[in-house]
Amino acid sequence: MSTEILMPALSPTMTEGNLSKWLIKKGDTVKAGDLIAEIETDKATMEVEAVDEGVVLDLLFKEGEANIPVNKAIAIIGDPNEKVEVKKEAPIEKVIEEKKIEKNIETKIENKKADIIDTPSPKIEEDRNLSSEEITMRQALRDTMAEEMRKDNKVFILGEEVAEYQGAYKVTQGLLQEFGKERVLDTPISEHGFTGLAVGAAFKGLRPILEFMTFNFSMQAIDQIINSAAKTLYMSGGQINCSIVFRGPNGAAAQVAAQHSQDFSSWYSQVPGLKVIAPSTPYNAKGLLRSAISDPNPVIFLENEILYGLKGPVNNDVNFSIPIGKANIEQEGKDLTIVTYSIMLQKSKEAALRLKEEYNLDAEIIDLQTLRPLDTETILNSVKKTNRLITVEESWPFGSVGSEIANIVQRDAFDYLDSPVIKVNSADVPMPYALSLEKLYLPQVDDIINAAKKVSYIK
Amino acid sequence: MKKLQKADYIKMYSFMLKIRRFEERAAQLYGMGKIGGFCHLYIGQEAVVVGILMTIDKNDSVVTTYRDHGHMIARGLDPKRIMAELTGREDGYSAGKGGSMHMFSKENNFYGGHGIVGAQVPIGTGIAFTHKYNGEKNICRTYIGDGAMNNGQVFEAFNLAALWKLPVLYIIENNKYGMGTSVDRAAAGLDLYKRGEAFGIPGEKVDGMNIFSVIEAADKAGKYVREGNGPYIIEVQTYRYRGHSMSDPAKYRTKEELDNYKQTDPIEIVKAEILKKKIATNDEIEKINKDTLELIKNAAEFATNSPFPKDSELYTDVYL
Repeated sequence: MSTEILMPALSPTMTEGNLSKWLIKKGDTVKAGDLIAEIETDKATMEVEAVDEGVVLDLLFKEGEANIPVNKAIAIIGDPNEKVEVKKEAPIEKVIEEKKIEKNIETKIENKKADIIDTPSPKIEEDRNLSSEEITMRQALRDTMAEEMRKDNKVFILGEEVAEYQGAYKVTQGLLQEFGKERVLDTPISEHGFTGLAVGAAFKGLRPILEFMTFNFSMQAIDQIINSAAKTLYMSGGQINCSIVFRGPNGAAAQVAAQHSQDFSSWYSQVPGLKVIAPSTPYNAKGLLRSAISDPNPVIFLENEILYGLKGPVNNDVNFSIPIGKANIEQEGKDLTIVTYSIMLQKSKEAALRLKEEYNLDAEIIDLQTLRPLDTETILNSVKKTNRLITVEESWPFGSVGSEIANIVQRDAFDYLDSPVIKVNSADVPMPYALSLEKLYLPQVDDIINAAKKVSYIK
Repeated sequence: MKKLQKADYIKMYSFMLKIRRFEERAAQLYGMGKIGGFCHLYIGQEAVVVGILMTIDKNDSVVTTYRDHGHMIARGLDPKRIMAELTGREDGYSAGKGGSMHMFSKENNFYGGHGIVGAQVPIGTGIAFTHKYNGEKNICRTYIGDGAMNNGQVFEAFNLAALWKLPVLYIIENNKYGMGTSVDRAAAGLDLYKRGEAFGIPGEKVDGMNIFSVIEAADKAGKYVREGNGPYIIEVQTYRYRGHSMSDPAKYRTKEELDNYKQTDPIEIVKAEILKKKIATNDEIEKINKDTLELIKNAAEFATNSPFPKDSELYTDVYL
């Protein structure tokens, strides 16, 4: 009997892996626990152990092969005395079983797959400096930090695992090697302490980039962010500013449950003294992060773990920036306005496609990019044109960014509205673990379509 | 240690007296309703900050708690503008937007005045980080109340400071009470200076009623830190004569305890030393007393006559 060794999922968001190195060869006998291969994931390179025992009958991928889907067979082990049957065609039962697994994974990936819709917006296409090659969001963020660190040695980065480990999500890959341990600092797991330290350094004139491994952990440090970083310029009568970027992944990843899946956009957007940014593509991540690092104020930079792998063209000019406080009209439309940000831009675009196909509705999509200060002008102008508005975000519904937008629109464009504003948010519960419930919790394309139908009075 | 000169004695006495008279006047203005909100007085603790002042380099940084008026005076800041901040006027150091607990002077490397117990400790550690990052020989003096010594971020900061060998001198002002809770009811293990031991941070306990002890300890500790050996902790045993804030009747302690401390009044100790060493005569001391009183009276007058901030100031200084 032979057993297939499958490409393992080594992180919650991993959908495929690269086979960096085989640690076994055909004919070797492996025992459970033996190392068999090195696999490069979206986060790191890891060694994989055998679970079953036997002789290596075949290796199905060569070293260096990339983008092998999770759960794809990569090797076969078994009893060498039995007739080796390297199945190109799996038995029917097996195929059904595999399909089931694949289906499962697809559902899982649906929540986290970033490249649902990756057509660049018209504005981006107009950019003459657009790169011909596409890079990932993580690379765009990394490159921008490196570019700014080269320009100004007051810029330094600190956080958990940012240096030796190369970043928990590989966003700081290579920075230690280029800038050294004086400017790329691994911290202990003490958010309150190292955030206060970074704020003090910013008061004294440095420009720290502080990475939270995820924004969930920023709650340990929220006193320093709000009471110290955001308020000191005011409390000092304008004497002491705090030029600092707090960045890291925000919102839901994949099945990491309540304590590791929370959207903080409305929390931080409530605080005067802070600026809040939520990029949605490699292109705007680059332009916005540059503005954030250059800004003399504290900036909350909310990335999204699932978007780290999203690829797209960027502007490689080292001075290219996107102004803070300016929304992007991702696509123009006349029938309704969808205001969104971060990862929900992707779902909104998918919904817009279906709204056009199925209901002949032209949705205008506004990607906020900055949450504070909010670009109310762009929102109001759009609503005055389309007369209908839905907001789409991952935040909990109570007091969300959408709530404030609904307030502004009813106040300043009441007479233009042809229907009530509808908000699409996550469910008003802590994030559940189970895959099925997680999907229910998060806003889905169907939820956006239903909201769009409702404001358009389509049954 | 450098031998104290005659001028040093006069400087010590003047500064301590200036702080005492300032705080008494602030209490009066508070009673008159000219100062609002919280107001934490430094009376009784003068030898701590003035003792440290005697060893300071003007490019060193300072960060402290909300009991900060005395610290600002010791930093050489203008009592008029400090008082104007207490009265919430536009001439105040924070233009009337900070108040008693939140005062800053960047040009004098004074980084507050922090209202959240313990928050100034990581911040001071970060300022020290900057001195080191910039290759400067300066240090950051970070003051900590005894109450904050039970606050988690203090230990996170100790760990970082020791790990990265940061030039930070931690000065615990142990005035025996965190608001109304005495140290022995709040801290398990009363030697607060030993709390750095686990991180390898040396520390010592000092009599904070006697300025000469403070100077000696601060000089030694300052040198240690400035030479790049990492952080150091001084625990200064002191006492506040007044309540925690103006609204505190201090019912949690006895009159005898207070009277006992007043027997070792830090200002009287310096005065006695000056007379003993014949550095100044009684008449000369009297002149300092009179001048100080006048200075503070003028500060109060200035602070009550300075205009309130303009309404348009409400929306300034939120962003740079």
